[in-house]
Amino acid sequence: MAEKVLMKGNEALAEAAIQVGCRHFFGYPITPQTEISAYLAKRMPKVGGVFLQAESEVAASNMVYGAAGAGARVMTSSSSPGISLKAEALSYIAGADLPCVVVNIMRAGPGLGGIQPAQGDYFQATKGHGHGDYQIIVLAPSSVQEIIDHTGLAFDLADEYRMPVMLLGDGMLGQMMEPVEFEQKDMAALPEKPWATTGTQGKRKHNVINSLYIQPDQLEKIVLARKEKYDRITEKEVRHEEYRCEDAEYIITGYGSTARIAKNAVDELRDKGLKVGLIRPITLWPFPAGAYEKYADKVKAFLTVEMSTGQMIEDVRLAVNGKAPVHFFGRTGGFVPYPDEIEAAMEKIAGGVQ
Amino acid sequence: MEQVFGKPHALCDVNLHYCPGCGHGIIHRLVAEAIDDLGIEGKTIGVAPVGCAVFAYDYFECDMQEAAHGRAPAVATGIKRVHPENVVFTYQGDGDLAAIGTAETVHACARGENITVIFINNCIYGMTGGQMAPTTLIGQVTQTTPYGRDVHANGNPIRMSEMLATMDGAAYIERVSMDCVKNILTAKKAIKKAFQTQLEGKGFSMVEVLSTCPTNWGLSPIEATQWLRDNMIPHYPLGVFCDK
Ligand SMILES: Cc1ncc(C[n+]2csc(CCOP(=O)(O)OP(=O)(O)O)c2C)c(N)n1
Ligand code: SF4
Repeated sequence: MAEKVLMKGNEALAEAAIQVGCRHFFGYPITPQTEISAYLAKRMPKVGGVFLQAESEVAASNMVYGAAGAGARVMTSSSSPGISLKAEALSYIAGADLPCVVVNIMRAGPGLGGIQPAQGDYFQATKGHGHGDYQIIVLAPSSVQEIIDHTGLAFDLADEYRMPVMLLGDGMLGQMMEPVEFEQKDMAALPEKPWATTGTQGKRKHNVINSLYIQPDQLEKIVLARKEKYDRITEKEVRHEEYRCEDAEYIITGYGSTARIAKNAVDELRDKGLKVGLIRPITLWPFPAGAYEKYADKVKAFLTVEMSTGQMIEDVRLAVNGKAPVHFFGRTGGFVPYPDEIEAAMEKIAGGVQ
Repeated sequence: MEQVFGKPHALCDVNLHYCPGCGHGIIHRLVAEAIDDLGIEGKTIGVAPVGCAVFAYDYFECDMQEAAHGRAPAVATGIKRVHPENVVFTYQGDGDLAAIGTAETVHACARGENITVIFINNCIYGMTGGQMAPTTLIGQVTQTTPYGRDVHANGNPIRMSEMLATMDGAAYIERVSMDCVKNILTAKKAIKKAFQTQLEGKGFSMVEVLSTCPTNWGLSPIEATQWLRDNMIPHYPLGVFCDK
């Protein structure tokens, strides 16, 4: 077994990327994720990789497009305002069916907002960013160990499905230190990319990386084929965690660092005699709707907790489909909710129901 | 019978979609001839722009990537950093390179990115129907400067070659023209030299090609060539601006 080391979330993410064979990183500085760049600037040259600080997030993400098309395991990272600029390339990367990993260590918004943790980019991550009819897989780790595990998973999913995968964290996860271990991966198993632009060497027809299809019948076919891929992903790749849900009368739900705090609240509420459980979506897209459906008839109410004014709650409501009330508690502006705030919100709902 | 003239191998055997009298077709041919002459087709990766040359990915036999509008130098950077031994070039119009993609162009040059840029300056946005480009001349009538480009309202045309040539990362920059056979032959040499510059690992190379857009200039192909000679060359002088 690998030994445990104490690491900051952002640095653990960067090291994990290196360990799963990422050798190309294009970024632009922004708080609170600068440790990722700083770490990779040091490490990449030592492993024969490329770290490049681009002139903007627009350029960085279009470099990712080029490198992904050329066959590399490639990553970029940013925080909220930077992701808005990366949106352009994300659309082209999705439209050209290229694999890459994009990290968003969220900060408070809108606009310049603040640099403290937030979860205000849920809409952007799961339904927004660039233009057009496409999806990306969104993973929401909630511990430093999970950041490491999800980084490997993100690259594997990106390669398997040839699409961008986003790691969605927040400033708290990025900055926090925890003991972690790195699982040794077999790099020989990286997939072949016969479609990549590597030079024909005069041995094959030219490869073209492109998202332009002027003929509607051709474009529709391609978009529909991609939709089939998305359906397969929705069937196969949904991930979530359930905690103390079996006999729960109420379910709290949240993702990322909010879910950790909510877990504490669940334990405290249980100690107080209230039967509460937790559903934590791990993939935000595809959203684990089935988890909520399973409990929708059994519980008295759901409570969605987010560091926003309520974004994931829309997906929770769709999943619950009116079978139980779905309440909301959130902090925004850079505030992280306290367990006792969540408990108070839950107790109020329970009091109201009883 | 001996064949003395043919299609370059690096150019796909397809019909190009360019208008009659458009410079793009000739420039494609020159790029393909340079690739053939240097024997680099198998290791070349091209980046197509958004503009009239958007379908360039279907016109060159080498591997190709289509970039978002203006981002070709960033895309080329990504490719080159993955395959430093390959030859990577972009093919971009003036709107693509000198307006929406100015930052990408300037910084690829500043980094001394070892890529080759083929820059087609036709003083107009061709693909979208003839709007003002950053290179549109003062007084030139376009769809968005219907009374002629006015310095106070619309600013000044940009001379990209001169500007980039001041930068330390630039290795070879030349401006050439499509207005006559002599200049077309010079253009061919310049494009070949730009690729050679890259093969020698010297850094950023760019060939700016003054080209015609008869369709959006509202001129016949012959008039367009004359207009280029009379109006563009005086403002955009031909020559080598940087050769390290
Ligand atoms: C982000 C974005 N903005 C605008 C456009 C529309 N557009 C397509 S081509 C073009 C201008 C092309 O002009 P130029 O680069 O000079 O090339 P030319 O067509 O003259 O060869 C524009 C504005 C686009 N495709 N994408
Ligand atoms: S519109 Fe102008 S630049 Fe475009 S193909 Fe026609 S002549 Fe060439």
